[in-house]
Amino acid sequence: MKYLSVAGKAVIVLFTAALLAACSSSAKKDDADAAAAAAAAKAEQERAAAAAAAQTELRRKMDAAAAYGNVFYFDFDSYNLKPEAIESLNAHIAYLKDTDEPIRLEGHTDERGTREYNMALGERRANAVRDYMVLNGIPSYRIETVSYGEERPIATGSGEANWSQNRRVELK
Amino acid sequence: MKRLILACAPLLLLVLAQCARAELAIEITSGSDNPTPIAVVPFAWQGQGAASPEDIAAIVDSDLTRSGLFAPVDRNDMLGRPSREQDIYYRDWRAISADYLLIGRVSSTAGQMRIEYELYDVVRQARVEGGTVTGPESEARMLAHRVSDAVYKKVTGIPGAFATRLLYVAVTHVPGAKDYFRLTLSDSDGARPIVLLESREPILAPGWSPDGSQIVYVSFETGRPAIYRQNLSTGAREQLTNFKGLNGAPAWSPDGRTLAMVLSKDGSPDIYLMDLSTKQLTRITRHYAIDTEPTWMPDGRSLLFTSDRGGRPQIYRYDLRTGTVERVTYEGVYNARARVAQDGRNVVLVHQENGQFHIAVLDLVTNRLVILTSTALDESPSIAPNGSMVLYATKYQGRGILAAVSVDGGVKFRLPAREGDVREPAWSPYMSQ
Repeated sequence: MKYLSVAGKAVIVLFTAALLAACSSSAKKDDADAAAAAAAAKAEQERAAAAAAAQTELRRKMDAAAAYGNVFYFDFDSYNLKPEAIESLNAHIAYLKDTDEPIRLEGHTDERGTREYNMALGERRANAVRDYMVLNGIPSYRIETVSYGEERPIATGSGEANWSQNRRVELK
Repeated sequence: MKRLILACAPLLLLVLAQCARAELAIEITSGSDNPTPIAVVPFAWQGQGAASPEDIAAIVDSDLTRSGLFAPVDRNDMLGRPSREQDIYYRDWRAISADYLLIGRVSSTAGQMRIEYELYDVVRQARVEGGTVTGPESEARMLAHRVSDAVYKKVTGIPGAFATRLLYVAVTHVPGAKDYFRLTLSDSDGARPIVLLESREPILAPGWSPDGSQIVYVSFETGRPAIYRQNLSTGAREQLTNFKGLNGAPAWSPDGRTLAMVLSKDGSPDIYLMDLSTKQLTRITRHYAIDTEPTWMPDGRSLLFTSDRGGRPQIYRYDLRTGTVERVTYEGVYNARARVAQDGRNVVLVHQENGQFHIAVLDLVTNRLVILTSTALDESPSIAPNGSMVLYATKYQGRGILAAVSVDGGVKFRLPAREGDVREPAWSPYMSQ
């Protein structure tokens, strides 16, 4: 330091002053930026919160649907939706409307009657579920229906206790 | 080399055991009231080696027994084993009450088998039938069935249907996993089963081309049903349909040119015809009800099908010339999946009575319906090409089995598989030889 001249000192002072002035103006700009960032962060936070809330809501709907299971049961030689099937379907529809997942509906029958007629009956059951979904706002292009007739029983024995488990539509 | 053979031996046994398990057994449960007693003498072996590779007489004996119309005498009761006319002592055969006597000779050279057979009327003491069948030694069983056909025709007046084949679906259950479905081809007695297609997805509705050279079936192997046809000699396979919805119930027309089928691509299940050369489709039924299970009348001029357009499933007839539909069945609340005998008169179908599903035969001339079976879950009737027997699927002791009943209801036998379920039998037409 002792080697610096007065002029040199003056330069340093001036430079320092300039530096300080510069600092003070950049501090003002920083304040504005910070405010914007905070706002953005807040918005982001709100968005995240909303997304999280939506996610929670979706999760809740998914759990509510899952609680009903993904199988809808039918009466013998019938493809009419039973009240319990409709209750279950409503829960599934509430969830599915918030997603764009493809939907596969597999129709099944019990072992009674001929195999090809049962193939047609299984399709009617799958279509009954599809039609109810479409009526309640699920676009039909998302839904694929396949009938397995009596080829894929859940319960392989005979008697109503087994048959009632097999007359079904499975949502995949 | 010796070690290699020894190492292979258990493997070979395993393969044989697999074959044996897939084979169908035969249990005769009811025969005709008055079967014809016949003595089928073991055929004399005149070829190289110790004995004939197949016991031809035993196969003929078993065929005739299964028909229910014959009562073959026990070999142990035979007082002689003639193989030529000059060795026959008719009193020996009268003594054991045989009405007919079948003798024969078998030889084989360079893999070609030759069977000579002669049928004698014991009462009239006369030769009534005789002939020679020849073919590859590997087809020995089929040659024996041809002898059975000749004997059956001579005695009953009806052509035999022993030298024919069966298609069926065998299903093996795997706990906690998907079933195995095996489309299987066997001789008419269930022997020599060959797996044509194995899949973890359903296979159903097998059927034959009118000349017996090709088959059709439905397979879910793509995750959706599709109709396939397969050439039995070349193995060549072709996917015929891949429509949205049902692709089912294929039925080959008697002239071999057209395949009837059920499709639901246009909304509800309807009957369509596919021209097999152009693949062009013609829709022949248009109804919001279920129309399914088409089958051709032998003259090819009309089809029978199942429809619930009247509320419950009944059989209807579609006339190809006029395009008109008329109802065929009126008795009972459920009549479905018809198959027509070659005479165009007897229709076998699934008939529901008191909540049980039986096989019934409807006479199209008298309109009389006769229930043939007494089990509860009978389905998929298929009629022999000579119109004598109906093969169908049923449940016995909790398992899916095949069973047969004569068109008059008198003769019954079961063909259970040694493991798993068997279903969807399709009896072949007469095979070109």
